[in-house]
Amino acid sequence: MSLINRSDFDVISGWVQPGERVLDLGCGDGSLLKRLITERGARGYGVELDAERVRAAIANGINVIQGNLEEGLAGFSDDAFEHVVLSRTLQTVRNTQGILREMLRVGREAVVSFPNFAYWKNQLSLVEKGRMPVSEDLPYQWYDSPNVRFFTIKDFEALCSDMGFVIRDSQVLDEAGNLVKEEPNYLGSLGVYRLARSR
Amino acid sequence: MTTSNSSIGIVVPQRAHFDQPLTLRSGAVLPAYDLVFETYGKLNAGASNAILVCHALSGHHHVAGVYAEQPDNLGWWDNIIGPGRPLDTDKFFIVGVNNLGGCHGSTGPSSINPATGKPWGADFPMVAVIDWVHAQARLADHLGIRQWAAVMGGSLGGMQALRWTITYPERVRHALVIASAPKLTAQNIAFNDVARQAILTDPDFHGGHYYEHGTYPQRGLRLARMLGHITYLSDDQMDEKFGRRPRNGSFSFGYDVEFEVESYLRYQGDKFAGYFDANTYLLMTKALDYFDPAREGEGDLSRALAVAKAKFFVAAFTTDWRFSPGRSREIVSALAKNGQDVCYAQFDCNYGHDSFLMADPEYHAAVAAYMQRVSAEVGA
Repeated sequence: MSLINRSDFDVISGWVQPGERVLDLGCGDGSLLKRLITERGARGYGVELDAERVRAAIANGINVIQGNLEEGLAGFSDDAFEHVVLSRTLQTVRNTQGILREMLRVGREAVVSFPNFAYWKNQLSLVEKGRMPVSEDLPYQWYDSPNVRFFTIKDFEALCSDMGFVIRDSQVLDEAGNLVKEEPNYLGSLGVYRLARSR
Repeated sequence: MTTSNSSIGIVVPQRAHFDQPLTLRSGAVLPAYDLVFETYGKLNAGASNAILVCHALSGHHHVAGVYAEQPDNLGWWDNIIGPGRPLDTDKFFIVGVNNLGGCHGSTGPSSINPATGKPWGADFPMVAVIDWVHAQARLADHLGIRQWAAVMGGSLGGMQALRWTITYPERVRHALVIASAPKLTAQNIAFNDVARQAILTDPDFHGGHYYEHGTYPQRGLRLARMLGHITYLSDDQMDEKFGRRPRNGSFSFGYDVEFEVESYLRYQGDKFAGYFDANTYLLMTKALDYFDPAREGEGDLSRALAVAKAKFFVAAFTTDWRFSPGRSREIVSALAKNGQDVCYAQFDCNYGHDSFLMADPEYHAAVAAYMQRVSAEVGA
């Protein structure tokens, strides 16, 4: 993943309290986890599939566990974490419902950020130019994209509702990382959500 | 004299004698014993940069470098040790030791039993992984090492690293457990028993007292090694290396070597039987079978590991079916359950269980990255 702006890290960081246990799925080089450890006093693990990123995370001093999210989180026990983070990765996972369910099995809260395909620039690209969108939050050409699921903020909320998850909090950001207050499905480039199991 | 394929050059084995009796897991007591060992690099003033490298079934203290009089006798894990290598001798002081019961100079079945003046043979007490760790701890005392920066090992060596973290939690900062397992499966024990049966039923074995009979169970040991060797390789690798290639142009319709793979295995078996002690082989396989630290957690590995203070690096190889990645992940899960520090990496190296001995670039880079952390932490 290119080092694009990680504005969702600010949001996620604000949701983590000192001493809390965090599992970061698709942790890359461990930047987020490292930040949560140093700035928020959290502890935890990252899961990453790519060998080079695993190595980078090791070098970063992160507890990184090489593994494939498609295979679930069998190595982690129920309620082991306060937060299970999936930052800009859900769109690359085929087993969408499986991973969301697993996140809320091993964690009290799932923190998910994802690119919004209905962002106005994406719509413009598709409708006006007839081309698949490429943006800050969707930085790939259609032929080299790791993304396998294409969905919008509205789609995501509908899925959460279908799966009986409670949305505890959400923030929607534009490409510059600024908070979007109105018309999030149209003006937002990135959604950041806190989910919990329904009681 | 060329030592170009080793970056640390000529090394010299050392010997330490221990007079304090060692009570073994079996209950037997070893009144005194010797350990042979080698060291590479320099121990720093605070003795904080020491790494113990534990050997596996057929290993020994000669981990890296060569001997002056044997320039081709390269240490068994030389490729990972040396200046600028993952176990960097410019930073770390590395110790390799031949375990008790071994046949490379430390006290073992082929040593003289002071009580009888004859080789111990089958009377040498059964040794367990925990006994080796106790003996290694005394060697650490002898060398002035209170705490290892890291204890590292592959396969049975990884089991020793794991055992260190449980038995001496204060004395190990990092454990590198590679191509290992928290205990053997039934299949693994079965392979070991076939190997043992080959030795035990060899007419030259004489109940383990073959030294006195002037014989040697070479056929049994050869078979044991041939069997073991198959399980250390991957199916794909054997196919790539040998396939069904005939040794000679055509079949002779007899029992002599016909396929390349037969030639290779027989050669490996003969070579091994030429230098390894059969009683040691028996002991080492039993130590493998008995290892199961979860016993101390009433069957729960997490509970057994809860006392560990070390940080862990666990690694496995996808083609290793003798100690598969799943077995390593059991260790990782047990540690994660306790919230303990652990990194886990797995590599697509093609050499089966033996992969841990290979200089696979991704594997070595990951170990190097982890060792950078260790060196930063201990000021090495």
